Amino acid sequence: MALARPETLSIGEVLEVLSFHGGYNTNAVLAGSAMLGLAAGVVGVFALLRRRSLVADAIGHATLPGIVIAFLVAASMGASGRSLPVLLLGAAVSGVLAVLCIFGILRYTRLREDAAIGIVLGVFFGVGVVLLSYVQRPENVSASPAGLRHFIYGQTAAMRAGDAMLMAGIALSAVIVTAVLFKELALACFNDDYARVAGFPVSVLDGLMLGLVVLVTVAGLQAVGLILVIALLIIPPVAARLWTDRLLPLMLISGGLGALSGYIGAATSALLPRAPAGSVIVLCGGAVFVASLLFAPRHGVVATASRRAIQRLRIAGEHLLEAAHEHEIMRKSEGVIPTRTIRAMERLWGWPVWLGPMVIASLRRQGYLERNSGGYELTSTGSARGARIARNHRLWEQYLQTYADVAPGHVDWSADTVEHVLSPELVAELEAALKAKGVRT
Amino acid sequence: MTLTPSGDLFPLLAAVLAALCCGLLGNFLVLRKLSLMGDAMSHSVLPGLVIAFMLTGSRTAPVMFLGATLAGVATVVLVELIKRLGRVESGAAMGVVFSVLFALGVLLIERAARNTDLDANCVLHGQLESLVWWEGPASWAGVVGGGVLGAAPPQIWTLAITCALTIVLVVVLYKELRLAAFDPALATAQGFNATILHYILMVFVAGATVAAFEAVGSILVIAMLIVPAATARLLTDRLAPQLLVSTGVAIAAAILGYSGSIAVPHAFDRDEVNAAGSMAIVLGLLLSIAVIFGPRYGVLATSIRRLRMARRIALDDLLGRLYRQEEGEATIVPAPKPVLTRARRRGLVVADRLALSDEGRAQAAALVRRHRLWEAYLVDRAGLAADHVHAAAESLEHLPETLPPETGATDPHGKPIPPM
Repeated sequence: MALARPETLSIGEVLEVLSFHGGYNTNAVLAGSAMLGLAAGVVGVFALLRRRSLVADAIGHATLPGIVIAFLVAASMGASGRSLPVLLLGAAVSGVLAVLCIFGILRYTRLREDAAIGIVLGVFFGVGVVLLSYVQRPENVSASPAGLRHFIYGQTAAMRAGDAMLMAGIALSAVIVTAVLFKELALACFNDDYARVAGFPVSVLDGLMLGLVVLVTVAGLQAVGLILVIALLIIPPVAARLWTDRLLPLMLISGGLGALSGYIGAATSALLPRAPAGSVIVLCGGAVFVASLLFAPRHGVVATASRRAIQRLRIAGEHLLEAAHEHEIMRKSEGVIPTRTIRAMERLWGWPVWLGPMVIASLRRQGYLERNSGGYELTSTGSARGARIARNHRLWEQYLQTYADVAPGHVDWSADTVEHVLSPELVAELEAALKAKGVRT
Repeated sequence: MTLTPSGDLFPLLAAVLAALCCGLLGNFLVLRKLSLMGDAMSHSVLPGLVIAFMLTGSRTAPVMFLGATLAGVATVVLVELIKRLGRVESGAAMGVVFSVLFALGVLLIERAARNTDLDANCVLHGQLESLVWWEGPASWAGVVGGGVLGAAPPQIWTLAITCALTIVLVVVLYKELRLAAFDPALATAQGFNATILHYILMVFVAGATVAAFEAVGSILVIAMLIVPAATARLLTDRLAPQLLVSTGVAIAAAILGYSGSIAVPHAFDRDEVNAAGSMAIVLGLLLSIAVIFGPRYGVLATSIRRLRMARRIALDDLLGRLYRQEEGEATIVPAPKPVLTRARRRGLVVADRLALSDEGRAQAAALVRRHRLWEAYLVDRAGLAADHVHAAAESLEHLPETLPPETGATDPHGKPIPPM
């Protein structure tokens, strides 16, 4: 359906497809891919949390022999060999077999998980490649194996509405199972020892989780292909992990990002000629991941960096206020700190050149510092704040010396870091504790 | 079937060389739990090849090699970056990187490099069969004088150079690689930078993956990397034998797989099947043999050892209980029929009733002696409470090779320790 289109696209055409006006078949494929992305995003979260992401890779590759064998069996029984349910059944059987092999290797040999996954992936795929090369000789098999190629790279264009519905149905059932067993699966993910003690059948739950992975892999075969189906299971959860630390939002976001990648990817692939759906969907997922990595509010690079920068600015400002306050006490009368003194302090603290001006600007904006002829002057609020920080510093020093038996020469550095995070309640507690010991504060 | 020099010499040579360098490097991946780095790299080679082709328009070996190696190194760097920035474990980070890169490769092939012979299927499945030596001599005897070197296709040269470099690397950096494989922290503490070593290794893995992908296909490279090393790991505990065994396994799989891909279908009157896939199957078979029949860690050897141990413990238990009964202790003597039969056959228990023979008594005394010596040792030397030591002594008594030092004449419960 996409092959005959020209390279250039009008916006109207794009909107037509994106808004589900691209014809019944296209709509079904879009909906199916979005459903698949949703299911993979949800199920993939468990795989990620159980550190089993790459088991999904092995499962994906391991479906190849199953597909070809199912094709051979169907062809030998006179069927065309193209019946999707039969091929998917074969894929599921060999996917499950692959999981069992991985666990068998882990159970009976001293090889570790990474090696077990690599072995199963390579050998199963090898079997698949051999069978495929056998099937592709016309003299060996009467039925045409042309459709099998779609399973390797994925080809939504080859998907009919009925196929898309089947995929969506499989994906939906995976989501429903997850929703029903959410509590049990979550417990098994985060604390399997406790789950075991509490009487949950952890190995059954584990098997179920991998069963869901197999299910989603099989559902994703025709959309993204067996090599890339792993991307759907891994990328959305990893991206969602940057957005939140809680499980339920993690699943919702992951499912949402997966659905988004599936939907946009399938639409793009329908619009552009020679754009295999699998790759496009995965690249959309990749774009979503990069965007999350940069801009996710919780652990995105920008958010983390700006949080760190703000923190650094605050701490630097507090250091400056503290030092300015002490300077003020030492030279009671004037209260003006010459600019060169500030420069000297910056050098002492090892600040980069840009930090000083930013700190001063921020302190002036908060009304702690005022520009004066030849230097800066603390305002009354600035002076009070400097005094409070200095006091926190002393309190912590006293506390360390009194309670933690830290030598007086060693307490300054620790106090320097702690003074910025002492809450008023903690300060009150410190005062009380020190008073009880008879230390003058 | 017969292999001919013209049709089979170069494919076979390519397979053996690919097996050799992958098999050798795979050891360090398996030991460092980096097996899946091979997986990741074998996928991300694809975009490297395509981009190199698109930029230069050439499909010569050095260009392809450079592009793919750079892609491999980029994979390692990106995985590290995502691990650090995204706070995810390495498996997931690899999955993100290689799947996106592979998708990029497939898309680029479809859109930009369509009308070249850079076909995704060849990259995936290998194209060993295409290395035909058209002017090759008709018989193997003619190969020696037949100008092999001049006729060898560039893929063979790439593989041969990669192989030679890999062997040089392993020989020259053997000590460092060994240390880093088992204890990277110690390696760094001793002054070899384990991180630099890691990157050197990764560059070599990328190179081997690239050199071998034309022979075995990009995905099957992972079988070549991991399975020989894993097989060897099941057969030996020492690194040097492991390296030798793994290369042996790899080469055997290359030769058997290649000939099998022709011979087996021909036996059933069919056309030959994909050679690279057949090698992966042979590797799988060799691994299964090691899993089952490995002399030390094989499933069979382990179960036989366990069975023997269980039988010895059952016999020990019978003798120990009988001895204690003779001492006057009221105890239940476990006497399942097979155990009793075995004890009688060895003359440890008298034939007509449930009682120790003289020989059995001596053996039982030695056992009870071990038990009580252990109890005494655990109380006196290890400071355990007297009522906590029985279970430990019960397991330790079955190991005749280890005896605790002599302590006194009685055990903590006041029972006499039988003399030697």
